[in-house]
Amino acid sequence: MEAFGSLLDGFALALTPLNLFWALLGVTLGTAIGILPGIGPALTVALLLPVTFQLDATSAFIMFAGIYYGAMYGSSTTSILLNTPGESGSIITAIEGNLMARKGRGAPALATAAIGSFIAGTLATLALTFLAPIIVDLALRFGPAEYFALMILAFTTVSAVLGASILRGLASLFLGLALGLVGIDLQTGQARFTLGFPQLLDGIDIVIVAVGLFAVGEAFYIISRRDLATEEVVPIKGSIWMTAAEWARSWKPWLRGSVIGFPLGAMPAGGTEIPTFLSYLVERRLSRHPEEFGKGAIEGVAGPEAANNSAVAGVLVPLLTLGLPTSATAAILLAAFQQYGLQPGPMLFQNEGELVWSLIASLYIGNLMLLVLNLPLVGLWVRLLSIPRPLLYAGILVFATLGTYSLNGSAFDLVLLYIIGVVGFLMRRFGVPVAPCIIGLILGPLAEQHFRRALSISQGDPTVFFSSPLSATLLAIAALALFGPMILRWRMNRAAQSS
Amino acid sequence: MLDFAGRRARRWRIPFAAAAMMMTVATAPAAQTLDRLELIAPASPGGGWDQTARSMQEAMQSEGIIGRVEVENIPGAGGTIGLAQFVDSRAGQGDAMMISGLVMVGAILTNQAPVTLEQVTPIARLTGEYEVIVVPADSPHQSLQDLIDAFREDPGSVSWGGGSAGGTDHILVGLIAQEVGADPSKINYIPFSGGGEALAAILGGHVTAGVSGLGEWVGQIQAGELRALAISSPERLPGVDIPTLMEGGVDLDLVNWRGVVAPPELDEAEREALLGAADTMAKSETWQGILENRNWMDAYLPGDEFAAFLEEERQRVEGVLRDIGLVQ
Repeated sequence: MEAFGSLLDGFALALTPLNLFWALLGVTLGTAIGILPGIGPALTVALLLPVTFQLDATSAFIMFAGIYYGAMYGSSTTSILLNTPGESGSIITAIEGNLMARKGRGAPALATAAIGSFIAGTLATLALTFLAPIIVDLALRFGPAEYFALMILAFTTVSAVLGASILRGLASLFLGLALGLVGIDLQTGQARFTLGFPQLLDGIDIVIVAVGLFAVGEAFYIISRRDLATEEVVPIKGSIWMTAAEWARSWKPWLRGSVIGFPLGAMPAGGTEIPTFLSYLVERRLSRHPEEFGKGAIEGVAGPEAANNSAVAGVLVPLLTLGLPTSATAAILLAAFQQYGLQPGPMLFQNEGELVWSLIASLYIGNLMLLVLNLPLVGLWVRLLSIPRPLLYAGILVFATLGTYSLNGSAFDLVLLYIIGVVGFLMRRFGVPVAPCIIGLILGPLAEQHFRRALSISQGDPTVFFSSPLSATLLAIAALALFGPMILRWRMNRAAQSS
Repeated sequence: MLDFAGRRARRWRIPFAAAAMMMTVATAPAAQTLDRLELIAPASPGGGWDQTARSMQEAMQSEGIIGRVEVENIPGAGGTIGLAQFVDSRAGQGDAMMISGLVMVGAILTNQAPVTLEQVTPIARLTGEYEVIVVPADSPHQSLQDLIDAFREDPGSVSWGGGSAGGTDHILVGLIAQEVGADPSKINYIPFSGGGEALAAILGGHVTAGVSGLGEWVGQIQAGELRALAISSPERLPGVDIPTLMEGGVDLDLVNWRGVVAPPELDEAEREALLGAADTMAKSETWQGILENRNWMDAYLPGDEFAAFLEEERQRVEGVLRDIGLVQ
C-alpha cells in the first residue's frame, strides 16, 4: 500500500496549524460564494490567483480545494431554503429540498444534504486515493458517441420531473432546449437566435435561467398572491434533527449518489449537473415512496447532494493524473498549477508527490470541517424561513440581482434575468413545471455537440452510436428507464383486468 | 445628521491626504508619462488574455512605469464584446488599453462584428505561443508526412481535434490544407470547448490528430502519451525536440500572438506615451521574469511594425476562413 504511506505523509503536512488555517479559510469562503448565485468557485479562484502567488503552493491548493468543496455545501443551503440554487450542481436539490422546507422539514433536508455531501466527499476522496488510474482509463473510453448516449440517459430524468401534465412538462423541456440553442454554435462558429444582441453570442448562462425561473419567478408568484401576509409559514415542524425514518431513507441514496457522481465528475463534459440528474432519476425509480416525489421526498435531496460532491472529487482525478481539466474550476486550478511552474499530468505524482498527497489529505480535512461547520448551523439557517414573507422575498430578489450582476458585470444580464423571471412566474401561474426547462437547457447543447461531433468523426455514419459497446449499453439503459415503467404498468393493468 | 456626516468626513481627511501624498511620492519617477491606466481584458478572469493583462499590471506597477493599472474584464464572443465597448466608450482616451490577439482577428470575421481591429490604435505585440500538432502515442502516424499523406488522399478521413471553430487551431489546419493542396472546405475539424475535452478525445483515440498551443500539452508530450509531429515555429525552439512544419515540407509558420491596442482618435502625444510605456515594460526585468516563469515567448513588436503585422494577419486569416467556409 504505497498510496497509503504517501497519504499519511500528506496528512502530516496538511495538519500543520498554518495549512489548517488555509483549509478553514477556503471552506468558509467556498460556502459563502456557494450561497451567492453567480459567483462560483471558478471565478473566485481566478480572482484569488494573483493574491495567492505569495503563498507556497501547498497552502494555496489546500485553500482552493476548500473553496471548491465549500461551494457545493453552500449552494445546497440556498437551494433548499430559498429555492435559489447558487451553483448549477444543486438545481435538482431545489426541487424536493424546497418542498421539504415548506413542509417544515427544512432542517432534516439541510442535514441530509450536509451528511450526504460529507459521506460522498469522503468516499470519493478515498476513490481518488486508490482508484484514480482505473477511473481515468474509463473516462478516456468516452468519445463523442458515448457522451451522446450518456446525455440521452440523462434526458430520461425529464420523465421523473414532468409533473401532472405530460404536455406542460414537454413544453417546459422544449423551452429549455430552445434557450440552449442561443449563441455561437461551437461546431460552425455561426451565431444562432441571438436576435442581433452581441451579448447573446456566448449563449444564456445557466445560472441566469436557474435563478430567473426559480428565485425571481417564485418571488413574483408570491407577490401576485393576495394571501401574502397571512399565509402560514412552517419554519420547523417536528425535531430539527433527522428522524430514524429519515436516516433509513437517506443512507442508500448517499451511497448511490457517491457511486454515480465520482466517475461522471472524472469525465470531460460530465460536470456536476448530470450526476445529480441521474441520481434523482435513480432515487425516484427505486424509492419505496414514489408518491412523495414532487411533494418533498428526502431521497431526492440525499442522492443528488451526494452525487454533486462526489463529482467534485472526481474532477480532480483526470486533473492530477493527466493534466486534464474537466470543469471550469479545474481549468482555473490547472492555470494555478502552471503559475507555480507545476505541470499537472502523468509526471506530477512523481515530481511533486508531496504536494499532491497533502492536497488529497486536505480534502479529507476540508470535508470534515465543512460538516462541523454546517451541521450546527442548520438550526440557524432554517430560521431564515421565519422571516416575514415580504421581507424574505425582497431579500431573495436583491440576492438574485446581485449574484447575476456579478457574473459578467453586465446590465444586459439583469434585463434577461427579469424577463426569464416573468416567464417563470407565468409558468407557475399556469402550472408548467420549471425543472424540465433547466434540464433541457443544460443537456440540450451538450447532446447536440456530441451528436454532431460523433457523426463528423464517423463521416456521417449513424451506426457509430450502436457499434460502440459502451454507447449501446447506455442507450439500452435509457430505453429501459423510459419504457420500463410503462411496460410494467401496462402488464399490471392487464393482469388486473384478467383476474 | 448633516453635522455627523461633516465630522466624519473631516476625521477621514487627514489619513486620506497622507495616503495620497505617499502615493504621489512613490510614483514620482514615472510622472513624465502616465499615472493611471485602465487595462481591459476582453475575457473572463483566468484565461490567456486575463493573465496577460494582470501580468502587465504587475510589471508596469512594480517597475513604476505607470502608478496605478486597473484591470477590467469584459468577457464574451472571442473578445468582440470587449472590443465594441472599448472602441465606443474609450475613443480619444489616452489612459486606456485593451489586450488583443489572433483569436480576436478570427472572432471578428466569424461573428461579423460591427467593430473591427482596424478602428483601434495598435500599440505592441507582446507574447506569442506556437501551435503543436499531436497524435496519440499508439497512432499509426509516425511523422507529419504520414499524416499529411492521409490528409491529402482523403481530407475527411483525418479528424482534427482542437479549440472552437475559427480559432487559432482551426486556422492552422486550414493553412496546412491550403499549403499541401487539400480542399480546406473538406477539413474534418472537430471543435471542443476547452483544451481538456480535446485532450481527452485525443488520448482516448477518438480523433486522428490534435492541434493546440505547445504549453497546454507539453506535459503529455514529455510523458510520451502524445506524439508531437510538428510545431508551427519558423525554426526549432531551443530545448524543444519537435520538428517544424517547414521541416516536414509544409511551408508555413503561425504564432498565436497577444498584444495591446489603444482606443481610436488619440493625438500623437498620447500615442507616444502609451508606446513608450509598453516599450519600457517589454524590456523591463519584471516582464522578462514573468515571461520566463509562465513559459511565454517574447514576441515584442512595437507600434507601426505591429500595425503592419496586424493587417497581414487579418488578410491571411480572412483568406483561410473563407476557404474553410466559415466566412462568406
